[in-house]
Amino acid sequence: MIKAIIIDDEPLARLIVREYLQAYPEITVVQECGDGFEGIKAIQQHHPDLLFLDIQMPKINGFEMLELVEEPPAVIFTTAFDEYAIRAFETHAVDYLLKPFNKQRFDKAIRKWLDQHALAQAAAVRTATNPPAAENPPVSPNPGPMDAPRLTTETGSASEPVRNSRENTRVLLDTAGYSPLQQHRVVVKTGGKIKIIPVEDIHYLEASDDYVKIHTHNGAFLKNKTMSYFEKVLDAAQFVRTHRSYILNVQQVTRIDPYEKDGHLCILQSGAQVPVSKAGYVKLKAVLGL
Amino acid sequence: MLLLGFGLNPGTALTDSLVTNALLALACSFISNNLQYYLPKNERYWYILFVSLGLSGLILLASKGILVPLLGAKTGDNNYALFFSRSWPVRFDIIFLQMGCMTILSVLWYSSEEEQQNLQRRADAERLSREAELTKLRQQFAPHFLFNSLNSISALVGRQPEEARKMIQQLSDFLRGNLRRDDQQWVLLSVELQYLELYLAIEKVRFGHRLSTVIDHDLPSLDMRLPPMLLQPIVENAIKFGLYDTTEPVTISISARAEDHFVRITVQNPFDPETSRPTKGTGFGLSSIQRRLYLLFARADLLETRIEGCLFTTTVKIPQLSIPYTTNADNKISLTNNNDL
Repeated sequence: MIKAIIIDDEPLARLIVREYLQAYPEITVVQECGDGFEGIKAIQQHHPDLLFLDIQMPKINGFEMLELVEEPPAVIFTTAFDEYAIRAFETHAVDYLLKPFNKQRFDKAIRKWLDQHALAQAAAVRTATNPPAAENPPVSPNPGPMDAPRLTTETGSASEPVRNSRENTRVLLDTAGYSPLQQHRVVVKTGGKIKIIPVEDIHYLEASDDYVKIHTHNGAFLKNKTMSYFEKVLDAAQFVRTHRSYILNVQQVTRIDPYEKDGHLCILQSGAQVPVSKAGYVKLKAVLGL
Repeated sequence: MLLLGFGLNPGTALTDSLVTNALLALACSFISNNLQYYLPKNERYWYILFVSLGLSGLILLASKGILVPLLGAKTGDNNYALFFSRSWPVRFDIIFLQMGCMTILSVLWYSSEEEQQNLQRRADAERLSREAELTKLRQQFAPHFLFNSLNSISALVGRQPEEARKMIQQLSDFLRGNLRRDDQQWVLLSVELQYLELYLAIEKVRFGHRLSTVIDHDLPSLDMRLPPMLLQPIVENAIKFGLYDTTEPVTISISARAEDHFVRITVQNPFDPETSRPTKGTGFGLSSIQRRLYLLFARADLLETRIEGCLFTTTVKIPQLSIPYTTNADNKISLTNNNDL
């Protein structure tokens, strides 16, 4: 059984996906969600194989929701976003359906995913049973009505699409960060609760192992992104990477003190002290117009 | 007349003055014609001076060339030639003064004319660009709305074809209304509210039970007028804020009240103060409304936003321009053309 979840804030939009899915008895819709919060809960509960995800939704949008899911499943976006806006993501998502979409277009997206899914499963089976040079033809664990013939034709280039769906979702999220949708806030999960931090509330960011620690006046939050991701996404006129491990909000700066031989120390309104490297000091001066 | 005093006989004096004045008039018309097509720039007035001086000299020479042989031959003596050679500095001065006056007058006249044309042109350009901007501001309605509505219709077609047909009708009416509007005609609030209800009905189909609306108005406000497509983006903005900033059911309230020379329209929507900063940027919808109001009324104080707890309130006041001039006979005209103000 293939488990799918539909996440869309418009009831009729969910209805149409469910209706189209009736042609695929192997795909079961385990839950429908009206917003991203419900969506996260449902994903954690059901561990679906496939998501039908709208982008513009209440509170947190589809991309932000995906960021908060530990192992995001494969995603087919269903959105009214115009093609231009979504073109950046098209190579990474399994597919995107522009509303309104017809059954043919929907079938194409499903078939594409079924192919990828079957290949990934076959690869998993292959590596699990007899590791490297197995010549077993991949077996589709879910021989859907239309995927069987196409499968055999695509097995030749198997190794590439194998890592597809999930890996793609991850790459996609990095791309999505650059959309204006997300540049004005950061969504984090803290103690099972979801918090939306407007960027102007950020005091500074600190590298912390594989995470970035976001310091705000309400405390610090962890986000599993890289410093260079934030350096690129955040507005360069407001956020400066002053140090390999620090990005600070220049509006929070009250004082800059010399520190050790080449470095400086920024004192923020909150009293926090942020190290500034030699190169960082040059950047900071440029942004502050000193 | 002056020449008589120098002891010349009337015939000679008359001929002299006629010829001189004719030449002067010729030169003046030449200069003023020239200036009509070529106005010197500010720094180049010395050029006019030189032209005047040169022309004065030419006139003097020409009048000498005509008058001395003519009158000298008539009277048969040297008196006139003598008189002319004595009087030439005075003649030159007078001629030059007249030329100068003429030149200055023409310069003033033509430059003021040019100034007026410039003003006219600038006003035209401003009016055109304002019209273009207004058109653009009006037309920026969300394609999202259209595509999502079509998607809803697509979903309804299978199970509830009657509902689908109804929604297609509503959507068509709405789009038709959107196309038909132009800034030349202000609309009655009652008409605008009907149109708004059409829009809200479509949104309610899209969002189901999550969206409810309350519209209330007093009677006199229904007869008041407002520019078309001004209210709708405000409501659109409220819906966007309300629906996308909370996950709970949302109520949008719209109220209209008549006041002295104004109709005051208030739109209220819930929002989450934790995550949104509606005060900072007024959001796309509202900043374009602000701009439009400014273009229409040259006032920046007609749109106000207020935050009380979790409620975001947008208030817009539309001046009723015809009311202060009710005694005026062209009241009707000012009512339909008040977008020119």
